[in-house]
Amino acid sequence: MSHSSEVALTDAVAIGIGGMAIALHTQDVGFRQLLEDRYAGFIEAAFHPQFEFDIELFDPSDLETAETKHADDDVQVRLQDGEWLLQRGDFHARWDASVGRGHIRQSRNPYAVDSVLRIVHTLILARQGGFLVHAASAIHHGRAFLFAGVSGAGKTTISRLAPGDATLLTDEISYVRRAGNAYEAWGTPFAGELARVGENLAAPLSVLFLLEKGPENRIEEVAAAEAVRLLLRNILFFAEDPELVSLVFRSACEFVEKVPVRRLIFVPDERVWEIIR
Amino acid sequence: MGDNTVAAGDNVIAEKYIARSSAIAARLIGGEMMIMSAVDSTFFTLNEVATVIWQAADGYTPLSDIVASRICPEFEVDAEQAGRDAEQFVSDLAQHGVLLVSEKPITPASPSEAA
Repeated sequence: MSHSSEVALTDAVAIGIGGMAIALHTQDVGFRQLLEDRYAGFIEAAFHPQFEFDIELFDPSDLETAETKHADDDVQVRLQDGEWLLQRGDFHARWDASVGRGHIRQSRNPYAVDSVLRIVHTLILARQGGFLVHAASAIHHGRAFLFAGVSGAGKTTISRLAPGDATLLTDEISYVRRAGNAYEAWGTPFAGELARVGENLAAPLSVLFLLEKGPENRIEEVAAAEAVRLLLRNILFFAEDPELVSLVFRSACEFVEKVPVRRLIFVPDERVWEIIR
Repeated sequence: MGDNTVAAGDNVIAEKYIARSSAIAARLIGGEMMIMSAVDSTFFTLNEVATVIWQAADGYTPLSDIVASRICPEFEVDAEQAGRDAEQFVSDLAQHGVLLVSEKPITPASPSEAA
């Protein structure tokens, strides 16, 4: 290991999601500890990050500035002079994808890091045919299943009902990667109401279920065009960038052509897992 | 049609030429044409008739010709009604920047049509 890498190890936390490690450098020991706790299970022991960010925390005396008063603002992501600019009220980040380095200025809350990580992964995945999607996911009998839906559709419920031999990848945001002519689902640390970080594992993706609560457990076929429309509604993408928007559209179409998409109508009862296969 | 006009009852209105915008992505899946605006992510699913108009939007075939030569014979619809529907469809998509409309032929665009 080179000297520079050893130095880097002392001030960085490398977070591996979807098989990609992003190193976050910060001089603040307390914040590093907070990151290690927050992303436990996704911390990369070996230090070989594909991308690196330097984190600059707001000085506590700056916390009442106009920047932090708008933490609920919509996120903005755009390409400017060859760098991605990512901003919301509680963070402002720059990322030069060509050299793999960036800078984050943010408040101390870990949600800002969460948002930056999600955005960066969506930008990376857009060029690889993958995406992040509002969906719970789990591995059962070696195959991964996605359960997509907007808030209230049942992502947390279906996760809670999972049998003991199922491995929960996430109850909120799933990570889908292209793997040759197929797809894989990866675990993420992005938790929803279950407040439980997913397992850092991956498996071949078998079916995408569109969740709908109903009076009985049943599965319906979904027409391809509708599947694309509903999938796009659930894909996370923030960048105001026509090229990447086109790529995400293409990814959704190709996904639907390769992975079965079905509607899962279910009652909140563990027997629903008997028909998931 | 050399003077770019078409008669509609007692009126003479300008002929329309339509072309697909290059700022869109489109794909035919399950027999339905899906279009997404790359500018504002607006998503459209076209029915069969609209798909024919979309596919014929080459920038130099007048809309009235598309209706007369493609829509009316293929779908056995009244020419006047088909013309009105086509005008409305074109107007709707043009508002979202998905179709380009001109009274003169348009240089063909190259939308990002996913293969």
